[in-house]
Amino acid sequence: MVKEKRRALILVNLVLFIIVALWTVPTLGLLISSFRERNDISRTGWWTVIPHQGWVATGETRPLPEGQTRDQPITIDGVTATYDQWQAGVDMGNGTQLVWNGNLRRGSLDVYRQQIITNVNFTLDNYGQVLAGREYTIRDVEGNVTTIQGDNLVGAFINSLTVTIPATVIPILIAAFAAYGFAWMNFPGRRILFIIVVALLVVPLQIALVPILRDYVGLQLNGTFLGVWLAHAGFGLPLATYLLYNYISGLPREILESAFIDGASHFTVFFRLILPLSVPALASFAIFQFLWVWNDYLVALIFLGVTNSDMQVLTQRIAAMVGDRGQDWHLLTAAAFVSMVVPIAVFFSLQRFFVRGLMAGSVKG
Amino acid sequence: MESIMTRRDEVYSPGQLVVAVATVIGTFVALYAGFVLLRDSQLPQIATAIFAIIWGVGGVVLLYYVANNLVEHLPGAWAARLQPYVFVGPALALLAWYLAVPTIRTFVLSLYNRDSSEFVGFQNYQAVFSERIMIEAFRNNLLWLVIGTGLTVSLGLLIAILADRSRFENVAKSMIFLPMAISMVGAGIIWKFVFAPDANIGLLNAAVTGAGGEAQAWLTLVQPWNNLFLILVMVWLQTGYAMVLISAAIKSISDELLEAARVDGANEFTIFFQIIIPNIAGTLLTVTTTVVIFTLKIFDVVMVMTGGQFGTEVIGVRFYREMFTNADAGKASAIAIVLLIAVIPVMIYNLREFSKRRAF
Repeated sequence: MVKEKRRALILVNLVLFIIVALWTVPTLGLLISSFRERNDISRTGWWTVIPHQGWVATGETRPLPEGQTRDQPITIDGVTATYDQWQAGVDMGNGTQLVWNGNLRRGSLDVYRQQIITNVNFTLDNYGQVLAGREYTIRDVEGNVTTIQGDNLVGAFINSLTVTIPATVIPILIAAFAAYGFAWMNFPGRRILFIIVVALLVVPLQIALVPILRDYVGLQLNGTFLGVWLAHAGFGLPLATYLLYNYISGLPREILESAFIDGASHFTVFFRLILPLSVPALASFAIFQFLWVWNDYLVALIFLGVTNSDMQVLTQRIAAMVGDRGQDWHLLTAAAFVSMVVPIAVFFSLQRFFVRGLMAGSVKG
Repeated sequence: MESIMTRRDEVYSPGQLVVAVATVIGTFVALYAGFVLLRDSQLPQIATAIFAIIWGVGGVVLLYYVANNLVEHLPGAWAARLQPYVFVGPALALLAWYLAVPTIRTFVLSLYNRDSSEFVGFQNYQAVFSERIMIEAFRNNLLWLVIGTGLTVSLGLLIAILADRSRFENVAKSMIFLPMAISMVGAGIIWKFVFAPDANIGLLNAAVTGAGGEAQAWLTLVQPWNNLFLILVMVWLQTGYAMVLISAAIKSISDELLEAARVDGANEFTIFFQIIIPNIAGTLLTVTTTVVIFTLKIFDVVMVMTGGQFGTEVIGVRFYREMFTNADAGKASAIAIVLLIAVIPVMIYNLREFSKRRAF
């Protein structure tokens, strides 16, 4: 019985390990590739950085045996192969490989020996190029200076922060005020208005994009940070109000009553009492909204626009790179990782709050 | 629920009221000046960014403050009557502008032609439901919905159950959950790299050729299976969410109940189907509806990985193409309304649950 249990436990851990590996390996591959040189990426897979058996040139050469016609199969040490096969490398069976590097006229072959090798040839150049501004000069080993086009991710990074910070704080503040109003104030229409908030939880934001874009063009809000902040605030508000209402309405009534008896106004109570007490709920939603806005592509694409690349946020910039530089994996991997650094840091440091927010907000669409 | 009345000692003074009105107007003017300054700013980007953040966040706080100040200086009865609207008003205004009213406006737009100059009735809907590309999008969204949701929920359940029995629970859950933090654009690149057609670049093709197979252009040529590879990206992103919620539900099942069942001789399968599943049914429903809504709106993954080409079109991408590439506001609106109609059952369910839950 005990033995059987242990065997079951091993099986559980094994399956779990395989799933976790499947989940992690793609991200790991991206991270490793982002540090590899351009030519390495196109010639060998990122997994070759793991130590593996491979052929390494020893520097020795072996002359061709005399008297063989080179356009016929050639025999060396009892192994017969054609020129094409020699060129690709032939295993001699004694732990060495002979490779015909060069054209038919070359009279010798290179000797390779099997060894444990790793393709660790890491560089920060990819990051340099994606982060740098439009014009960017590099000096190569021969001292030639070339100007290449950087992708200006630093600029996009700053734009992402400029969009994300207010687009996180503003809806939280507005929602907290509203949640307090719904929870602790009486006014006509309170019930029906809150029901509308609940109904709006799952409304897809696509519904708003066509009319709001028209409003923005009319109000000249199109392509401004204010326009994006307000849009994210509007789309995030139902969930924020709902979550914060659940929390704030559950705070003990006595605390508020005693504050009012001391002559505090609603405004003071809200700032001095309710906000500090609601920090866990505020933090949960803040992480939620932060990740959502930072990772958003659609809202930025529509309201920040594609024409003015100086306003682009990271997701836009990187999606554009996929179009422009589809095969430049050394740049795409580095760029993708730049966009992931902040959310992953937020995620790991505040995972607890994030999970709590997810649980409370599982009604959202 | 009864609300609390504040005791008001202040005596109404018309002079202070005028000052309060003036502060409101002054604040608006100052904030607008800030907006214009920001829009035409020639400052270095980082300075503009800091100024924008302070202006935006500070502006909102300031607006609440001056509005509240104004209301508190009104005669007593008016102050009490209007103050709730200072608190809930801004939220309601934003909700109305960004979500509630647009449902009606978008519906109206969907009845007009591409530049909204001519009423066309339900022609846009007719087009939406008959165009070949839209039929393809509907078919693919159905694939996303069925396969994507099915895989996400069942994998989430499987991992939650496995992790519950493992010593490495927290590490495993964190790693599965991590993709939740990654944007769909980033995930698109991660997986495009895995699916790359060159066996020296793409991990999948390296595995396939290593096993003696042929390298494939998974995302473009292997139709209609390429949809499946896109769906896997979403499964990778969303399984962590399903796992976290399901795992919490499993942990809330009482240990005594499980112990009692084991003492009675129930095996793990019986426990799973007779105790665990019925106890987490509510959570499974929540997770399923959330993922279903997510798949309905799927956009970024497809946009980045294939752009909707090669038979991978989905509704979300169609919406964007009609709105921007084709500049057809009528058809884009009709597509948005179709999306809205698709989520109405969930909306009704939410409302019903809400009214059941508490006497609001």
